[in-house]
Amino acid sequence: MSILINKNTKIITQGITGKTGQFHTEKCQEYANGKECFVAGVNPKKAGEKIFDIPIYGSVKEAAAETGATVSVIYVPPAGAAAAIWEAVEADLDLAICITEGIPVRDMLMVRNKMKEKEAKGGKKTLLLGPNCPGLITPDEVKIGIMPGHIHKKGRIGVVSRSGTLTYEAVGQLTELGLGQSSAVGIGGDPINGLKHIDVMQMFNDDPDTDAVIMIGEIGGPDEAEAAQWCKANMKKPIVGFIAGVTAPAGKRMGHAGALISGGADTADAKLAIMEECGFKVTRNPSEMAKLLKAML
Amino acid sequence: MKIHEYQGKQLLKKFGVTVPRGIHCTTVEDAVKAAETLGGKVWVVKAQIHAGGRGKGGGVKVATSLEKVREYAGQILGMQLITHQTGPEGQKVRNLLIEEGADIQHEYYVAALTDRATQSVAMMASYEGGMDIEEVAHKTPEKIVKVFINPLVGLTDEQALTLAKGMGMLESSIPQCVDTLKKLYTCYMETDASLAEINPLIHEGDGTVKAIDAKFNFDSNALYRQEEIVAMRDLDEEDADEIEASKFDLAYISLDGNIGCLVNGAGLAMATMDTIKLFGAEPANFLDVGGGATTEKVTEAFKIMLKNTKVKGILVNIFGGIMKCDTIATGVVAAAKEVNLSVPLVVRMKGTNEDLGKKILKDSGLPIISADSMAEAATQIVAAVK
Repeated sequence: MSILINKNTKIITQGITGKTGQFHTEKCQEYANGKECFVAGVNPKKAGEKIFDIPIYGSVKEAAAETGATVSVIYVPPAGAAAAIWEAVEADLDLAICITEGIPVRDMLMVRNKMKEKEAKGGKKTLLLGPNCPGLITPDEVKIGIMPGHIHKKGRIGVVSRSGTLTYEAVGQLTELGLGQSSAVGIGGDPINGLKHIDVMQMFNDDPDTDAVIMIGEIGGPDEAEAAQWCKANMKKPIVGFIAGVTAPAGKRMGHAGALISGGADTADAKLAIMEECGFKVTRNPSEMAKLLKAML
Repeated sequence: MKIHEYQGKQLLKKFGVTVPRGIHCTTVEDAVKAAETLGGKVWVVKAQIHAGGRGKGGGVKVATSLEKVREYAGQILGMQLITHQTGPEGQKVRNLLIEEGADIQHEYYVAALTDRATQSVAMMASYEGGMDIEEVAHKTPEKIVKVFINPLVGLTDEQALTLAKGMGMLESSIPQCVDTLKKLYTCYMETDASLAEINPLIHEGDGTVKAIDAKFNFDSNALYRQEEIVAMRDLDEEDADEIEASKFDLAYISLDGNIGCLVNGAGLAMATMDTIKLFGAEPANFLDVGGGATTEKVTEAFKIMLKNTKVKGILVNIFGGIMKCDTIATGVVAAAKEVNLSVPLVVRMKGTNEDLGKKILKDSGLPIISADSMAEAATQIVAAVK
């Protein structure tokens, strides 16, 4: 088992014909069951063609109807990415994963509110992962996104993080200590996004094949604190927590649009304190995330 | 991206918000001419820098004669204005705004910003304008009224009225206040702002509601479709090294320590800085080289870091995913040679072709120290600079 995706997941790639989309689709196909999982691409101008043997359709709806795919991954450039997310939502997919970095915040505000409106009216709920994220992977089954597949190992530890390379760091440490991962999820560094730490923590809690979780956060925003409060009341599994940005100055955007200290409660120190209070084993040394987790098993 | 107050007021005016008449100028002579053109008996001479707290720092003065306008303009232009937002070195004043005086009866506070928790636009208002709103939020949070706006609907009449009444606006000015709030919201959305703050918003003796200050931040992801905003960018107000870095698609922020760091990924870059601090030193910068750490990018990154004379050592931390470690190692060696690197360099590489990468560093003949973990790398570089 795993969360969100497994070897039987059928995936549509939006933006498959672009440079980034092509590059990563090929890598994803090469990983584990990728050849069976990546069943469709979308580009209205190239409908009927094929790329890496993957048929291209004119729309997400058509691709889903023809292939039975329930998940999409989006590499569409920033100006059109929010519209691509909405297309996946209108096609009633289960999950849309948006890799694209640099989407205007207003576009994300609009599409997130349209998604909520659709759900409120009884429409099907499509989960969104990202944007500006590495995607997610269930080792030895399927990888959807831009993470290096080979550092992963199948196992029973969940990883969730806003940052891509920091997710790889945690995964790399776990694999080195012989601890495999159930799923590793990058939720992305943007201020307005889909799945948050709390959502992914709930999924890991419910997943019978996840024994413990590494939760990594950053400065800025209330998400990690909210997840910590939820975990305090509900989480049955050990958690190691790390927050990047203890040394980040207030008022400076640290690379990620979302990594900006605005108030007082969203500093790394404040978040670490809340996580510790909520029963996480927190560390200020990101090199020992996996080591700490191993000691808790 | 930030803009000056006078530009913010131009935007507000364009969207129908009432602002004082004012003229932007860059010399003392033009300042006096501006006052003459505006007419009247009272003028405000305002320093234009991209930082708040200008009044307290001596950058805003009220003049009651043209001679005083000349005197204040002369004092303020060219001064190093120090406020709580500029840092101890201050910011040089290159621009002035000369405005007609306003008949301030009361100062209120209004702002719009994007709220990540509710995924909506938050608009807040307070009776306690004219002062530091963070202090108000901290000491008397009940004096701030907030509404959360669904961007699919926009600011409703009811919400605008809640704000106007909640901020204690003069009863007879409430209709104009509601109108002002709606226009501010439209301005916020249409310009892809991430913050729009009017502090203070005032009412005058005749009941007129006016914006006396204007502070804007804009979403840098949306600048491609905001030509008018981009044209307002003032590079003099920004850090020259950060601008230089952005040309090479590098995210760079200078800090106060002495260890330069070059990392791929924002989260890992922050984690690396934190590790340096944990092991007893301070990072000199944040630098994210992004996904493609090519030789050219790494070389530019080295050059930018080394411009900072405080840098006594460099830590490179790369998680080679799609980008292979041997490629990165080649880039690091070439860059170190090109800049004639004379400070200690510790490289920590992880991921694809890690061993090959380490061999390239070792065979380069350069005194590069290799490390396996972030903690080890930090220990090494801290020891090397001591």
